[in-house]
Amino acid sequence: MTNKTLVQIAKDLAAGEYSSREITQDTIADIKARDSIYNSFISVSEDLALAQANAADARLAAGTHDILTGIPFAHKDLFCTQGHTTTAASKMLANFVPPYESTVGQRLLSAGAVCVGKTNMDEFAMGSSNESSFFGAVKNPWDLNAVPGGSSGGSAAAVAAGFVPAATGTDTGGSIRQPASFCNLTGIKPTYGRVSRFGIIAYASSLDQAGPMCQTAEDAAIMLNAMAGFDEQDSTSVQQETPDFTAELNLPLQGLKVGLPKEFFGPGLNPQVAECIMAAVKEIEGLGAQIIDISLPNLELSIPAYYVIAPSEASSNLSRFDGVRYGYRCDQPEDLMDLYCRTRAEGFGTEVKRRIMVGTYALSEGYYDAYYVKAQRIRRLIKDDFARALSQVDVIMGPVAPTPAFDLGSNTKDPVAMYLEDIYTLSANMAGIPAMSTPAGFVNGRPVGLHIMGNYFAEAKLLNIAHQYQQVTDWHLQTPTSNSLPVSNQGKGA
Amino acid sequence: MALENADIEKIAVLARLQVTHSETNDYANSISSILSLMDQMQLVDTDGVEPLSNPHDATQRLRKDEVTCDNQREAFIAIAPASADGLYLVPKVLD
Repeated sequence: MTNKTLVQIAKDLAAGEYSSREITQDTIADIKARDSIYNSFISVSEDLALAQANAADARLAAGTHDILTGIPFAHKDLFCTQGHTTTAASKMLANFVPPYESTVGQRLLSAGAVCVGKTNMDEFAMGSSNESSFFGAVKNPWDLNAVPGGSSGGSAAAVAAGFVPAATGTDTGGSIRQPASFCNLTGIKPTYGRVSRFGIIAYASSLDQAGPMCQTAEDAAIMLNAMAGFDEQDSTSVQQETPDFTAELNLPLQGLKVGLPKEFFGPGLNPQVAECIMAAVKEIEGLGAQIIDISLPNLELSIPAYYVIAPSEASSNLSRFDGVRYGYRCDQPEDLMDLYCRTRAEGFGTEVKRRIMVGTYALSEGYYDAYYVKAQRIRRLIKDDFARALSQVDVIMGPVAPTPAFDLGSNTKDPVAMYLEDIYTLSANMAGIPAMSTPAGFVNGRPVGLHIMGNYFAEAKLLNIAHQYQQVTDWHLQTPTSNSLPVSNQGKGA
Repeated sequence: MALENADIEKIAVLARLQVTHSETNDYANSISSILSLMDQMQLVDTDGVEPLSNPHDATQRLRKDEVTCDNQREAFIAIAPASADGLYLVPKVLD
């Protein structure tokens, strides 16, 4: 069943080629047999999955199924799953069994999808390489010496390795798009507030947004249909009608105005990545789009402003981990202060502690205006840049990351070097606009993603563009298991 | 802006994190380099720019003050690291 798309599996299930129980059992056996290579899963939820698969088979037999009924998928281990451990890849939550389900998880379960397990990630979603996990780094299925990207690196590797056709991810500063780019997947970060954050362990609440990671734009649209929607339980959930995200997939791109921001093609960009992106843009131009040069002048400021705002919100959000109500607790605390300080010192990893301290500092008396409020003012400038650009063009395109997947261990010693990798993704979170990655070629066997950003609530447009591009290219069909040496830049698109 | 070890120790107390002496050095170095990255922001004139805290400039949505779910005390206390008689246990605070 390796690397079948969600749509293919749905057809097979509807035709009775195999049952949900059979594909679920095969998926779990496959994870147990092969995932020691990649470390993409933190846990497998076999009993729950088989119960969900049995229920799905009953729905399929009764004809009351949805397109997702019986389809195996994986959750990033940041989504609370009732009755199954949810760790955020941290020692702090290594044994945490949530008493409730996330809204996204509940929606997918209601559609009949089968959650086979929880994927690895950077601890508390803080990282761009999946190397900060308490459960060990994840390897990129395309090249075992490379990172899969982060923070949703386990979700990306699990889909790329062919274990599941879809996985959930979260994107606070690029954590869906960059691993999708590094692992040759289609991943979308919806508009802020489109998908409920309820039951997703919070990192930076004004930036966090969940979305799907799949092989194709069509699969991503189907997943997003189930995941999105207003939720009373998330106070920042937007009260907007949720469209059918598959409805516009087949629209032609004639007359589409595509903006190329010059700041996305500056000296920091790997020239071979730039070639892939320009070839993809040319392909989209060939589909009838008009290419327009634009500018997002404050792009570079997204790095310092993000790395103030996100750690500030994290320092507040992560104050809940106190060793009292749930999660890790240190042995033999001497007093309350010792309980807090030692629990948190022992339970959190280095990068998480670093971001908590940066955030604590930025919010502390005397520095609040210089750091936190200043960063929020710059956030407004970034939002205004996008508003100006998107009044001229329909969508914006560029690279997702300055390089293809980098080597494991190459950026772990210098946090600032790691932060600079996020240059092209952070600004969409700062503005809250939707953005996605779609496969667009390879550099030395490592995948490259095309970044497509659009206006608020324009997810269907982005998915339409990615789908049309996927109709005339075959990058997204390449898999690491079927083709160990991808035909570099010789697809129909190049 | 460069931080000294004493600054890190102060921040660690505010953040309720115990740090060892060798960690203090590492954090002073890495956080100082992060802060110098942030200092780029100070070069930009943002006078008159309204701070943005929610991408949609939305404010908190309020709901009616009414009971919306059952008491789930048992479920929540069951996952506490230390509890007794439905209460969370912490080290003695008052003598």
